Parts: sequence; C-alpha cells; structure tokens
Amino acid sequence: MTTTILGVRHHGPGSARAVRSALERLKPDIVLIEGPPEADALVPLAADPGMEPPVALLAYVPGDRAKAAFWPFAVFSPEWQAIRYAVEAGVEVRFCDLPAAHSLAASEEETPEEERAVRVDPIGALAEAAGYDDPERWWEDAVEHRLDHPADHPMGHGGEAGPETVFEAIAEAMAAVREGYTPDPREARREAYMRRSLRQAVKDGFREIAVVCGAWHVPALAAPSRASDDDRLLRGMPKARVETTWVPWTHGRLAAWSGYGAGVTSPGWYHHLFTAPDRPIERWLARAAQVLREEDLPVSSAHVIEAVRLAHGLATLRDRPLAGLNEVSEAVRAVLCEGDELPAELVRRRMVLGERLGRVPDSTPMVPLQRHLREEQRRVRLKPEALGRDHDLDLRKALDLDRSRLLHRLRLIGIPWGEPRDSRGKGTFKESWTLEWRPEFDVALIEAAVWGITVEAAATARVRELAAYPEAPLADLTALVERCLLADLPEALPHVLRAIGDRAALDSDVGHLMAALPALVRAQRYGDVRGTPSTGLAAIVDSLLTRVCAGLPSAVTGLDDEPARQLVSQIDAVHAAVALLDDIPGRADHGSDGFGGPGKDDRGAGPGEESRPEAGQAPRDRWLATLRGVADRSDLPGVIEGRLVRILFDARMADDVQVRMSRAMSLGHPPARAAAWVEGFLSGGGLLLVHDPRLLAAVDGWLAGLSPEAFVDVLPLLRRTFGAFDAPERRAIGERVRSGASAVRDGGGAGAGADHDDERAAPAVRTVLEILGRA
Amino acid sequence: MTVLRPHAEDQYADELAILAKHDDRPRPPGWRLSPWAVTTYLLGDPDHPGGVITPKYIGPRRIVEVAVATLATDRALLLLGVPGTAKTWLSEHLAAAVCGDSTLLVQGTAGTAEEAVRYGWNYARLLAEGPSREALTPSPVMRAMSEGQLARVEELTRMPSDVQDALITVLSEKTLPIPELNEEVQAAKGFNVIATANDRDRGVNELSSALRRRFNTVVLPVPASAEEEVDIVSRRVAQLGRSLELPETPAGLEEIRRVVTVFRELRSGVTADGRTKVKSPSGTLSTAEAISVLTSGLALAAHFGDGVLRPSDVAAGIVGAVVQDPVSDRVVWREYLEAVVREREDWRDFYRACRDAG
Repeated sequence: MTTTILGVRHHGPGSARAVRSALERLKPDIVLIEGPPEADALVPLAADPGMEPPVALLAYVPGDRAKAAFWPFAVFSPEWQAIRYAVEAGVEVRFCDLPAAHSLAASEEETPEEERAVRVDPIGALAEAAGYDDPERWWEDAVEHRLDHPADHPMGHGGEAGPETVFEAIAEAMAAVREGYTPDPREARREAYMRRSLRQAVKDGFREIAVVCGAWHVPALAAPSRASDDDRLLRGMPKARVETTWVPWTHGRLAAWSGYGAGVTSPGWYHHLFTAPDRPIERWLARAAQVLREEDLPVSSAHVIEAVRLAHGLATLRDRPLAGLNEVSEAVRAVLCEGDELPAELVRRRMVLGERLGRVPDSTPMVPLQRHLREEQRRVRLKPEALGRDHDLDLRKALDLDRSRLLHRLRLIGIPWGEPRDSRGKGTFKESWTLEWRPEFDVALIEAAVWGITVEAAATARVRELAAYPEAPLADLTALVERCLLADLPEALPHVLRAIGDRAALDSDVGHLMAALPALVRAQRYGDVRGTPSTGLAAIVDSLLTRVCAGLPSAVTGLDDEPARQLVSQIDAVHAAVALLDDIPGRADHGSDGFGGPGKDDRGAGPGEESRPEAGQAPRDRWLATLRGVADRSDLPGVIEGRLVRILFDARMADDVQVRMSRAMSLGHPPARAAAWVEGFLSGGGLLLVHDPRLLAAVDGWLAGLSPEAFVDVLPLLRRTFGAFDAPERRAIGERVRSGASAVRDGGGAGAGADHDDERAAPAVRTVLEILGRA
Repeated sequence: MTVLRPHAEDQYADELAILAKHDDRPRPPGWRLSPWAVTTYLLGDPDHPGGVITPKYIGPRRIVEVAVATLATDRALLLLGVPGTAKTWLSEHLAAAVCGDSTLLVQGTAGTAEEAVRYGWNYARLLAEGPSREALTPSPVMRAMSEGQLARVEELTRMPSDVQDALITVLSEKTLPIPELNEEVQAAKGFNVIATANDRDRGVNELSSALRRRFNTVVLPVPASAEEEVDIVSRRVAQLGRSLELPETPAGLEEIRRVVTVFRELRSGVTADGRTKVKSPSGTLSTAEAISVLTSGLALAAHFGDGVLRPSDVAAGIVGAVVQDPVSDRVVWREYLEAVVREREDWRDFYRACRDAG
C-alpha cells in the first residue's frame, strides 16, 4: 500500500500538468481531493460532455442565502485535472476536506476570513528564500513554466526527474516553512478530517492512494498522527443540512474569488498556458494582435514578430526560463500598442482576465426553478453569456415579447440578468436590454426556489409577498403594478391592486396618492400594448383620483417654498397622467393626444378636447374643477397659484388671466411671492411664449396695460423670470412681439396672427397625421 | 580645459569600467557591456563587487528593462513622455553604456534638414573633385551606421515630417543609399537608433505610422510618488551644484520637498491629501523644472543669500515656472497660494516669499 501526496497550488497550470502526469504514472486506485465530501456523488458529472469549466462546486444550506460556499475549478486547476483523470480512468474519487455541513454551520459563530489573514503565506516564504520579490513569479518559474523540459530548469532537478520529484521537493520545502507553526482550530480540524479520510481509504482496502491538496497541507498529512487525536478534534462540531451541486463559473470570478485563499489574478493567461499545445508566447501575442484588429487597430504580423522577440529578450534580461505574463504584457504595450495604455488595457481585460463562462450539463442536480429557467432560455433562444451583450427587443414580435417577459420576471425574483437600457427610439414597442449572466445568479435561483417551480410562479409569489408587505409606500406598490404588467403576471395583479386599494384608503397624505397615480395610469394605458389585460385598474385609478381631488384643497396651504415646489411637480405629473386617462375611452378611433408618452407637459390637452360628449363625468373635468376651486383661493403659495392658473389657462378654463396676473403682481403681495407666481405661471421655459400666441397675448396684454409706476415696480420681478431664459429664447420672444405685436394684441386667440397656405400645407399635415396614426 | 557638462561616458567612466571588468555575460555584437550590465548601470547597484554604481534613472525598473531588451533585439527605441520625464537623460546614458559614445546626436527642430539624418556635401571639394566619398559629409546617423554605434535622435516630433521619414529606410533596410555615387552605406552590427519625443507640447509633427511601426515605444511616466520625486530632485540638484562649482550649500530637504509638493499638486490638480481641488496651470511643471528651480535657488542662496537655501530663494523660480501664461496662470497661482499655501501652518515663510515675488 502506498500513499502519494501531491501538494499543488490551487489554479496553477503547471501544478495541473504535473498532477496529471503524476497520476498517469502512479495509476492509483483512489484519488482523494481537497473539497467537500458531500459532493462525491457529483464527480461522475465531470465526464459529461456538457460540462465545461470554469465551474464550481456549490454547497448551500437550503433556505439560507448567507450560507453558501464555492469550490471553483478551471480547466487548469490541478483538482479538476485529478477529477478528470479519475473519471476517465474509472478510478474512485473522494473529497477529503471538512464536510460543508460543518464548515457552513460553523461560519455562523466564527469568521474564517480573519484566520486566513493570520496564516503565513507559504509560497511567499519560499519565494523570498529563492530571492524573488513576487511569490507568483517564483512559483511560475519553478513550477508553472516547467512545461516538458524539467532538465534545464533552475530548481536543479536534472536528469531523470519525473513529476513526482517536484512534489517531493514541494513537500520538503513546505515542511521547512511550516516548522514551528501551529494551525488554528479551523485549519486543524480540516487537516484532521483529511487524515481521517486517508485512514478510511486505507481501511477500505485501497492499495495505491493519491491525495491532491494544497501544498500547505502536505506536511500535516504526511506526518505520523494518531486517529484518536483527530477524532477528539472532530468531535462535537455543529452541523447543518447541506446540498451540493455544480454551477457555472467565470474567469472574472476566479480572479476575484479567494475561496481557496488562492485567487488567481490572470485566469486567461493560465488557461492559455495550460491549453496551448506549444509556443505559448507566439500564440498569445498572435491572439492579442487579433483582439486589437477586431477593434480596428492596425497590427501587422511584423508587429507580432517584434513583440515575440522583445518578450524573449526581456525574459533573458530578467533571467527567467521563459517569458511570463509580465514580459508579454510589456511586449504588447511597447510593440503592439505602440506605448498606448488604452489598447493595452483592452488586451488585459479580454485576454488576461478573459470572460469565459462555464457550462454544466442538464443532468446536474438542480432545483426545479433552475431547470425551468433553462427550458425557458432555450425556448426564447437567449444564451447566458458572461460578457455583457446588448439586445433590442421589438415587442410586436411574439418571441421578443416572451424574452422581455422572462427578463422582467427574473428581475422581480432578484436575478437582474438583463438590465434595461434607455432605448433610442421613443416607441413603446421597443425595449433595450444588456444581458450579462453572473455566477451568483445560480445561487439566487436556488434561493428563489422557495417561491415556486417555474419562473412565472416564483415571480407571482414574489409580487404577492411584496404587496403584502405592510410598510411598502403606495408609490412602490403602484410601480409594482407596472412591473407586473411588464412581466405579464395577471394572477399577481389583483393582489397588488387590492393592496393599493387598502393602502390608499388608509393613507391620508395626498402627496403619496399623487405620487402613486401616474404609474397606475401609465400601466392602464400601456398595458394593452403588451396584450396584458388590465381590468380592475380603471376602478383603482378612479378611486385614487377621487381621493386626490378630495385631498388636494387642504394640502396646498401652509407650505414652505420647497414643499410647494414639490407639490407643483406632483400636480404636473398627475395632470399629465389625467390627460392620458381621459383619452382612453376614445382611443381606438382617436389616436392620442399625449403621444410620446407621459411626462410631457400638460399641453397635451389640446383645443379639440373640449367638445367631448362625455365631458360631464370625465376624470379630467373633475380634476380641472378641483384645480379651479383651489386656484380661486387667496391663501396659496405663489408658485402653486401661478401654476394652477396656467393649467386652467391652457385648458381654456380661465378667461380672466390678465386680471389674475395683475392681482398677483400688485403691491399687496411681497415681491418674493409675486416672483414665485410668475415662475409658476411661466414654467416650461421661454419657448412656450414664442410658440403659444395666446399665452404671449395674455402676458403682453397685461404688461401693456400697466401704468408707468406699476411697470417700474414689477420690472425687477419680470427680469428675474425672464433672465432665467436663454438668450436666443429671449430674442425670439422679442422678435415675436415686435413682428406680430398688433395681431397678438388684437386677436388674443390661437393662431390669429398666422398666415398659412392650406393647400401647400396639406401634404405635410397628411404626413404628420399618418405618423400619429390618425390618417 | 574643463568642460561645463561632460558627456555621460566621461563623467561615469569609472563606473563603466568597473561594470565592464566584472561583466562576464554574453554581449550582443557591437555592445561594450552585456544587457545585464547596462541595466545595472542605469538602475544602480550599491553592492556591486567592483564598487558602488549610482542610479542614473530613478523610476520603474520595467522601463529600463524594456528599453534595454528592445535595443538588444535590434529594434529602434522610442522614448515617449511629457517634458521633463528624463527621456534625453535616459537615452544619453543608454548610448553611453551600450556603445560608449553618446555624441552621435541629431537634435530635432523645426529647421532640421534631411542632411542631418542622411549626409551633406563639402561643396568646395564637390566642385573641385566632383562627387566622391571624400566630398561627402556624413550625418551622425550615417556615422553610427558605418561604425556600428547608437545614433540618438532628440525631439523626433519637432522635425518636419519629410525629414522624419528619411529614417524609415535606415530603420527597415539598415542601409543608407547614396544615389549620387551609386553606393550605399550598410549598417555595421551594433547600429541602432534611440529617439525621444513628447506628445504633449505644441508645435509637434505627428509621427507617420510607417515610422512609428519601426519603433518599440516606451512611455516614461512622471514620478509615481512624492518620495520618489524628492529623491530624483535632490540627487540631481546635488550633482548640478557640484558641476557648476557653486559654493557648498546644503540643499535643505525641506525646501526640496516643498517645491516638489507644489509642483505635484499643481500638476495633478489636487492637493497631496486629496482634500482640495486646485486648478492646473498651462505649463507642464515637470521634474526637470523643479530641479532647475532649486538649482537657481541654490545659486541665489550661495551668491546673494546667507548660504542657506531659504524660501525666498526658490519663490521667484517657482513663480516663473508656474506662471507661463501671464494672465490665466497668474490667477491659478494666486488661487493656489491663497487657498492652499496660506492654510499650511509651517509654510508661512514660503507664503510670504511667494507673495513678495509676485
């Protein structure tokens, strides 16, 4: 019976190569690998053609998000190579680290992170002894870059040195480094468990045992020990119920992850070192040239030749056996990028880090939700990719609509695989997304499994949960309605609506109600663009509006400047929403006035609206009547009153604008209030004055009617408001007043001064109508 | 006769000799030293068996290594960087260490003609004897080619583009044709070109990409930390003081640190503690300028002051270096003075001196 302990550097391509060839020579009948024993049953999956590293073993405590641990493997990880060897050769594999059941349960009481910091850095100590300032580089020179010619390598294993010799040398070196070191309790337990696994393997009658573990642990495993000591150490550890599975991993995470205490900074480079059959430097630089060419940077083969020469020259100058990442990076910067940092950084991101996303086969144990998502991904033909990619969806197409729904549902259950981007077009049928799959989403999926077995069911349950949350602000709930519609969750909608109804009835703050309304109206209006039934919404919107109308009069008094301004913007938002609302019954044959979406100014309600038959009960009229009632009061803050008058003026419900204006500007009011009034009245910028002759006429009429003394009095206030307009706007206003002064003053009505040729305008009008969908 | 400024190979002849004596590693053809020894010469080695080698370039080791490896692989070297980052300094010492001769120099200016890169004619002989090798006046580049030496081209981007492009044949074919004689000069082993250029200044001619391709480019950074810059400045100030035979004046480290701090803060647009934003003036405020401010301050202190470097000695120099544009830079400087310098407790003297200086 022989036991061979192969001490490795986690994620070291040289170690991986050495482990592989050592195993092939040893032909063990069992391989013990550092990792959680719960995952033993998952090992055969490594042979599945659908499995593609980087992948990670995930151990998690079901129902507890904070408790999960990963053991990532890349193709160049020695552990992965050991697993692959064993699976291919039909040899049994056991993981021999402390079971995750213990380590995950323990992590509650003690934090393993801090212990790791205390521990000495073994490789660092060795590298220092060898005269290297950078441990990574030392390891690379001594082990990783050995490739196939150990004879001429600086550690001096000349002649017949096989891979085992390296492991013996590492074991010796580690024994020297660890001399006099006492492992902390957690580490002691881990090593005790490894020894116990080793003894178990001996007891089970295996004759040729190979152990693959971090170099650091080799002395602890090789030293003689007593089973009873280890048993004492391992007694009485807390235990949790743990499940394990394989999840895809990325190179980016490999670089950031320090789960082994050995995160790698350049996974792409290691992957290249491990997979390149020969001439790694030449291949790397040629690929770098390709990467740069893809970005339209001119890089010739001559460049690559010179870069290779420089890399080799540098390696010689630095007395290294082979050019390493440092040398090739210098060559890329000095030759391929001609000293420019930007493309050099591009090469670093694309190649040194690399964005490789692993894959796990379908037969991997998965929660039903994961499985369902896979099916969905296949159905809507969206592949998870690690590199962010932009998608533009056209919601008029069934496939794109399904994609959009899937992405929205995933966002609801906390998996932001797609991030919505601002789409360039204004159309409501277009959506733009950036898709980037991150490994932690798998954890989130497992987490979300409590909500349901399909994505839709989980999202529905999640929405119900959110709606039932008693302290959710009303505005959040109405936003949830929108999200429900986007994600097409008709079953969740009634719950949210009921919650909104209940909450609205209890909420006495009219501000909350007003904040909630626009989202609901949007939902009602745009719901059916996506083919979502939005029944029930109308009733809620109606009751909300009623409450707002009832509450507004008492909400507008006694406000400071800042809250008053806030209220104005809320009034604007509600007004814009109400304009949309009004339009809904006649939509099919009438197109829309608020075309271009909500958030436009209130002028959407154009002149044509007045003649509507159902005017009496229309929400818009109720709203305007409320505003009118409020506007007639004398105790309003200036900015609100100004704004209200303007809204009424635009809706043609205030003919006495000039009177109101004079009153607001008169000496009875303090100047600050008068200024606020003008500000509220003219908000929307000077351009409106240019393009709305009625408004201009009103202002002009008031101004011209002032007595000389009064004019001097209000001049500073006007200057304050007009001074805020852009110079071109001011000029345009001036020109408009000069050119059309008489027409403006006399006519006072819309377009009175305009002079069209109807015949010539007809084609343009037709086109505009067509664009608006009214033709 | 004593020269004002000896060439690098003369000034550091002893160090070069020591390195050559102990150098047992292979030398590329035409090189006086092996690449390893060249690197040591530039970066310095206090523990060299033959005696102390002083550092010539203080900065990242990789810069020097890439530069030496480039020359060793027979590629032309382009040192790029903002003014005052020791480009010329590095190129001179590289040439001195590699071929023991830093004098084959072409200075690029707007008026540099093609003759400076190729060859000219001795017109008296040309008229008397007709075209012949004897009537030809070789340029530094041509001499470097025939002797297998390093040619240095300073301020490559200041040359007119057509003159720059005369280098293309030299660099790619390693020959210099002389059509008048139907001959050519072929470069001997060891020939190479070190060019320096800066990409920040006004009035430069961009390199054509054909020429750019023939160089390996090394970008020289500004000193990474204040400590490093103080080190560079105090070393150079001491050397310059000696060679100008100024009366011995201890260049107070405090004063050096102060000048370096002012320069760094104005250059980076933020104070050393990262708390206050300041405007950057139009000048580059390089390390080289800091050195010259301090050297002139030393001269002032030695000849007109009490022999100790005082804030008043450097104030005028600093103001001169910062205020390049009389209108906008003066505002920047005023702001900096009032907002940053005045607030510093132990900078009182300096503040007063600067205010007096303008």
